[in-house]
Amino acid sequence: MSGALLEVEDLHVWFDLPNGKQLHAVQGVSFSIDAGTRLGMVGESGCGKTTTILALMGLLPQIATLSGRVLLDGTNILEQGEETIAPHRWKDIAMVFQGAMNAFDPVRRIGDQIAEPMELHGYASGREAQHRVRELLETVGISPTRAGSYPHELSGGMRQRAAIAMSLACSPRVLLADEPTTALDVMVQAQVLELLTYLSDELGLALVFVTHDLPIVAQTCTRAAVMYAGRIVEQGPTEALYHETRHPYTRMLWAATPDLEARDDVLSIPGVPPRLDAELRGCPFAPRCYLAASRCADDRPELHSVGAEHESACHFASSVEVVA
Amino acid sequence: MSANGRPLLEVEDLVVRYPIGRGLSGAILRRPHQHVHAVSGVSLSVARGEMVALVGESGCGKTTTAQALLRLVHTDSGSVSFDGIDVTALSQGELRSLRRRMQIIYQDPYESLDPRFRVAATVAEPLVIHDIGSRSERRDLVTSALEQVGLAPAELFADRYPHELSGGQRQRVAIAASLVLGPELLVADEPVSMLDVSVRAGILGILDELRDQGLAVLMITHDLSTAARFADRICVMYLGRIVEEGPARQVIDDPQHPYTRALLSVVPRRDPRHRAEVQILRGETPNPIEIPSGCRFHPRCPIAIDACSETDPKLQAKAGASGHRVACIRA
Amino acid sequence: MSPVQTGAPPAEEAPATRSLRWRSVAAPILQNKSALVALAMLAFFVFLAVFGDLLIAGDPKAKVGDVFEPPSREFWLGTDGGGASMVDLLIAGARVSLLIGFCAAAISAVIGGTVGIVSGFFGGKTDTALMRLTDYFLVIPDVPLMIVIAALFGRSTWNIIVIIGIIYWTFTARLIRAQTKSVRERVYVQRARALGAGNTRLIVRHVLPQVTPLLVANTVLLIAYAIFAETFITFLGLGDPSAISWGRLIENAFTDDAIINEAWWAVIPPGLCVMFVVLACTIIGQTMEDALNPRLRTGHLSVRRFRVLRPKPEVES
Repeated sequence: MSGALLEVEDLHVWFDLPNGKQLHAVQGVSFSIDAGTRLGMVGESGCGKTTTILALMGLLPQIATLSGRVLLDGTNILEQGEETIAPHRWKDIAMVFQGAMNAFDPVRRIGDQIAEPMELHGYASGREAQHRVRELLETVGISPTRAGSYPHELSGGMRQRAAIAMSLACSPRVLLADEPTTALDVMVQAQVLELLTYLSDELGLALVFVTHDLPIVAQTCTRAAVMYAGRIVEQGPTEALYHETRHPYTRMLWAATPDLEARDDVLSIPGVPPRLDAELRGCPFAPRCYLAASRCADDRPELHSVGAEHESACHFASSVEVVA
Repeated sequence: MSANGRPLLEVEDLVVRYPIGRGLSGAILRRPHQHVHAVSGVSLSVARGEMVALVGESGCGKTTTAQALLRLVHTDSGSVSFDGIDVTALSQGELRSLRRRMQIIYQDPYESLDPRFRVAATVAEPLVIHDIGSRSERRDLVTSALEQVGLAPAELFADRYPHELSGGQRQRVAIAASLVLGPELLVADEPVSMLDVSVRAGILGILDELRDQGLAVLMITHDLSTAARFADRICVMYLGRIVEEGPARQVIDDPQHPYTRALLSVVPRRDPRHRAEVQILRGETPNPIEIPSGCRFHPRCPIAIDACSETDPKLQAKAGASGHRVACIRA
Repeated sequence: MSPVQTGAPPAEEAPATRSLRWRSVAAPILQNKSALVALAMLAFFVFLAVFGDLLIAGDPKAKVGDVFEPPSREFWLGTDGGGASMVDLLIAGARVSLLIGFCAAAISAVIGGTVGIVSGFFGGKTDTALMRLTDYFLVIPDVPLMIVIAALFGRSTWNIIVIIGIIYWTFTARLIRAQTKSVRERVYVQRARALGAGNTRLIVRHVLPQVTPLLVANTVLLIAYAIFAETFITFLGLGDPSAISWGRLIENAFTDDAIINEAWWAVIPPGLCVMFVVLACTIIGQTMEDALNPRLRTGHLSVRRFRVLRPKPEVES
């Protein structure tokens, strides 16, 4: 794991609740990513994937408490909180937020908005910034002449590309993308995924792709981490996650996802995720798990190796049937 | 089929247009009125016990078509015939009683239910509107509708407010409210796109069962994988027209229209090892105000020839394949 | 083993939540300290208005002491220019001022709410016509109009109420119209329409419940406006000669040359009473409006202020 561009070690995030309790939103998440690779973080609503990447950017509010280490080139940028993260924000790690394409200021030109982070972080200004803006627009597949357009003059797909351009403004090495294609049509989604793949293959960007859509991760990412109730329950090469699934939740997610050619039944996962404002005993997925035994209610499974660079947090990992 | 063997719902050459204001300068300069051509001649049919998926990207007119079927928007021309009755010609009063037989489910389960109504009140509302049944009869109908959608025991859910339910449960309540009148046609507008993956199958399963019980279902969706698995027939829309339609498996396995082919090629697949011939079309769907000449798709079509910019192809059946029609001169 | 379909999701225990009415109307006030203080103040004055008769012995205007007597143990706030006890007069005044304020606000709320809902729900020509009407009323300066109408139609209490009521509804109408328009577009309203619900049902069962909290919040603010308006109308000499209101007390103080006599107790207390009630209503109204409009909250903007836990040092066992 040493030498990776970004390493997250045992990240925890707690949120203070109005009733005095705490919500344990992220419970010991660890992963690493190298330059030029794409990691998919998959999970359903409330699993903590967005909170995890917001923590990496240091964009959490006062009611949040963090612990753990976030190593960028071996240095822990989480050490002193905002003080140590701020210098890296946008310049080393940048983010494309969920719904970014709709978050543009409607009365300012796109070019100015893409240039804004450069000026704010002292990366470039004036004519140099304008030049860089045009470069960025070309990189993301927008004609540089559109720098003078207003957001409403661009289509949805183009606005999403502009949002990506904005996140690349200060040449970061890690890009965190939160549901970047969720609101887009499938053809435009393909265009944006093609762009993100290009950015990581050709420009060496390390991409963390947060989404609830497993097939996108299957097609775009080399590695994936499946999150449930604030924890990573399975992590490994995407191929292994499909062809050698080792966690029942992952297995049930595949079963719940229809495929163009599959003829098998599409299944749902009964029950709801556990509340995170109280400490859980045992495996958080046990109440909904088809493999659960009495052991699962008391004994919390930890992530352990189940294959080459493949980990799973399940007592019965080897009993999980493969998808195909 | 309905009593005389015809499909329950038949739509022929439906056209829906919205005029856009010319503005003051436009009026002075006498610029011609422009229109948003939301739906430009759509014909489809849905039979009892059949699920038809209307698929397409945003702006293709699928939602407008669905709303026009229920006369929730005006129709400029064309006919919508439900069980032989011309829906477009009905008066408000006649329309009201027809509404009992055709229902719609919306995309957003978090907005579909009035936050101030308990579940029982939401499900009973259609009965109250149409003045059906006594109070105890309504209670029974509500209970059976809730159980039909899997919210059992019904007493446990009946007194809850929407904010106490999950997204999937809310959508079930919306479906129950649609079923309580005993409709014959259900239009589902993206019924699961806002729900978590793990709960989608449950909702789709309900629609599946309803179809097996003889309900006609028209499902609007952008998700081809879902359409492939659940629908009997698929109609692919582009810029206000149906460009291909046929039995679901045939359209998926043997697409005839270049748009359908391109669309299918970019749908992400589950298997990471899947190596697809991905055909990414450049640009985006043109806006429905300025429709390209000839075939609407020709500016983005990978196999367009000169004739394509002049001829506007009609939906025609492929030779030898019954029920599979395509609008392309090169098919 | 392979995953098995096990049917519909089981119903988990519903968290104990209170109804929406509580959460949107009562809770924000009870949880906000300044709003609670304001509520207490208002309650105090309402108490005076309702139970005033029991506290005053006889006619409050009766001469019970010398003219402009300063505050003493007998007369806590002294006497006015006619020798009547200021305390008695203030208590009697509470009833009139608050009555006028509440009634006028109610009239404004009813007119404004109706115009707003009809205009917002039906749109089109109805909307345009009603908004033109609203604009006319907005453009006319309220004070001169009140003076003119008061001068023309006489100076009874009821007239004052009506005058204030028909001037201040425009503000409410615009607010309610905007809210109605947004509610009308909600999916559940469209769904009810698709089910065959008529306009009446849509308005009464779906729009009104969503609009009412805002209307209530706005009406509380209107009470503040109305009481203030009554005060200066009366101060200008256009009020009901037979009614004792706080505005009348101030007017009397001036006509009786209280300032020259340095009788501050005849001028300032009524002014303070008006101020406290107006302040109380404003705070309560604003608190309710803030609670109803979540976009006004800016707490979420203060990111980057999270805390980081230092790793605990190893404990020697």
